[in-house]
Amino acid sequence: MKTRSVPLNRTLQLGLAHIALILYTLIALFPVFLVVMNSFKERNAIFRTPYDLPVFAAPGVAEDDVTFSVVGYETVFERGNFPNYFLNSVIVTVGALGVVFFAGTMAAFALSEYRFPGNALLGLYLAIGIMVPIRLGTVSILRLVVNFNLNDTLWALILVYAASGLPLAVFVLSQFMRQVPRDLKDAARVDGASEYRIYWMTIPLVRPAIGSVMVFNMIPIWNDLWFPLILAPGEASKTVTLGAQQFLGQFANDYNAVLSALSLSALPVIVLYILFSRQLIRGLTSGAVK
Amino acid sequence: MRSSRKAFPWHIIVFLAPAVIIYTLFMIYPLIDSLRLSLYTTETQGGPEIFVGLQNYQRLFTDQNWQPRVTGALINTFEFFAIHMLVQNPLALLLATLLSSRFIALRSVYRTLIFLPSVLSVVLIGFIWQLIFSPVFGRALWAQIGIRLPPLLGEPETALPVLGLVSVWQWVGVPMMLFLAALISIPDELIEAARVDGATAWSVFWRVKLPLIMPTVGIVTVLTFVGNFNAFDLIYTTQGALAAPDYSTDLLGTLFYRTFFGFQLQLGNPTMGAAVAGVMFLIILAGVLLYLFTWQRRLLRNTVEM
Repeated sequence: MKTRSVPLNRTLQLGLAHIALILYTLIALFPVFLVVMNSFKERNAIFRTPYDLPVFAAPGVAEDDVTFSVVGYETVFERGNFPNYFLNSVIVTVGALGVVFFAGTMAAFALSEYRFPGNALLGLYLAIGIMVPIRLGTVSILRLVVNFNLNDTLWALILVYAASGLPLAVFVLSQFMRQVPRDLKDAARVDGASEYRIYWMTIPLVRPAIGSVMVFNMIPIWNDLWFPLILAPGEASKTVTLGAQQFLGQFANDYNAVLSALSLSALPVIVLYILFSRQLIRGLTSGAVK
Repeated sequence: MRSSRKAFPWHIIVFLAPAVIIYTLFMIYPLIDSLRLSLYTTETQGGPEIFVGLQNYQRLFTDQNWQPRVTGALINTFEFFAIHMLVQNPLALLLATLLSSRFIALRSVYRTLIFLPSVLSVVLIGFIWQLIFSPVFGRALWAQIGIRLPPLLGEPETALPVLGLVSVWQWVGVPMMLFLAALISIPDELIEAARVDGATAWSVFWRVKLPLIMPTVGIVTVLTFVGNFNAFDLIYTTQGALAAPDYSTDLLGTLFYRTFFGFQLQLGNPTMGAAVAGVMFLIILAGVLLYLFTWQRRLLRNTVEM
C-alpha cells in the first residue's frame, strides 16, 4: 500500500539508501580486503600496484608481470610459532566457554527455579560484573595468579575469562530459563526425577539462548590482548592475538610477512563469524537490550 | 509438590557454588583488593605494605611527575569518548535506520558485512590501519589516488583523532545492531498511523522512532563510556606503551598498564597502578550511576516490571 502512494519518490529513496549502504560496506571491508589481497603479492608489486589483484603465472603472461607470491606465508610459518599459538587460543577459548556453560547454566537454573532467601540479592551481586570491567582488578588478579603459581599457564586465562563472562551469561540465561513452563518440571518431579536431572532437562529447552551467550563470549576471549600480555606472555602459553602482535612488531619492515600474518590471524575469525553470525547478533542484542 | 519440604536444599548450593566461587575469586575479590591496595604503598619492590590513606591519589593529581600524565590521559580518554559519541553513534543510528526499512533488499547481507570489523581483534585492526597510514606502504597507497599522505599517526595533533576514527570504524557495527534491534521492534501500526496523518519520513524518525528507542540510546551511551575507559589494545598496538608521539595518544588504559606493569626502564608500581585503576573505577561508577538514576529512572516509568 505504501509503494502505491508515491512509487517514484520511494524508488529514489530506496536507491539512495542502497548507495549509502554500499558505500559504507565498502569502507568497512576494503582495508581488510586490501591486506589479504596484497599478502599474496611479491614485495615490489605491493608498493607499485597496491590496488591490483595478484597476477598469476599463466601462458601469455610475461614472467616479469607475475606478481603472485606466498613468500610472506613462508616467513610466517618458518619464523613464527603460529600453530602453537593457535592451539593455545583454542584451548583458552573452549576452556573458558566450557566453564561459562556449566557454571553459568547451573547458577541461572538455581536463580530462576528456586525461591530461597537472598535470591534477588545474589542475582544483583552476580550482575555487578556486567558493568564493571574486569581489567580494573588486574593488579590483584596478577598477584592472585602468581600466588596460585598459575602465571604463564592457560589456566589463568581460562579462569579470568570465565569470571568475566559469567555475569552476563547468568543474567541472560536466567531470564530465558524463567520462561520454561513449570508444568514440565513438576511432571518430572512427580516421576521422581532429581533436581540435577531436571536441570539437565532444561538445558536443551534454552539452547538458542545458550548458543548466543557462547558465541557472544567467544570473540572477545579470542581477540583479547590485555590478559595474555600480563598473565601469560611466555612463549609456551602465548595466544594467537599476543603472538601476532609480537610477530608483527618484530617483522614490521617485512611487508610480506606482516600482511600474511594479518591475513592468517583474521581468517579463522572471519570463517567462524560467517558460520555463527546469527547467534552472535542475537547474543549481542539480547544481552544489551534486556 | 515443591522441594521446599525437604531438610536442606543442598542442590541449590551445588548449582550456585561454581559460578559464585569463580566470579568472587577472579572478579569481585580482585576489584576490592585492588581498591584496598590503592590505599597502601611499598617502599621497595615486594616490600611490606604500608597504609597511606589517599596519598596515592593525592600524588596522582598533584605530584609533578604524575599530574601531567594523569590529566593528559584523562583529557585524551574523554576526547576519545567524545569522538565515539559524535561520530560512531550517529553513524550507527543512520545505518540502522537505513537497514530497518522493510523495503531494503539484502539487509542481512549489509548488516553482516558492516559488522565484520567488530569481530576482528583490535591488534589486527591496529596493524591494518597502521599500514594504511605508514610512511612507506601507506604513502604508496595514497599516492596512487593522488593524495600526499601526511604522517597522521606521527603528529601529536592528529594521532589521537585518527585513532579515534579507526576505533569508530571498527566498532560502529555494535551500536548499529542495538539500534537496529530497537527500531525493528517498533510496532508497524505506530509508523503507519503517523504516515496516514501525513508525516514525512524525516518527521516520523524524529517524532516517533527516536523517542521510542531512547532506552537503547542510553544503553549505547553507557557501553561507549565503559568501553572507552577500557581502551588499551589499539594504542598499545599502534603507538606502543608510551602512547607516542609524546604521550599524545595516552589513555587511562595505557597509563594504567605502564604504571603497574612497568615498561622499558621504569619498574612497575602495583600500588600506584591500583590507584590509577581506582580513578578509572570511580569515573565508570559515576557514569553508570548517572545513567541508572537519571536516564533509566525516567524510562522506567513506562515499563511495568524489570
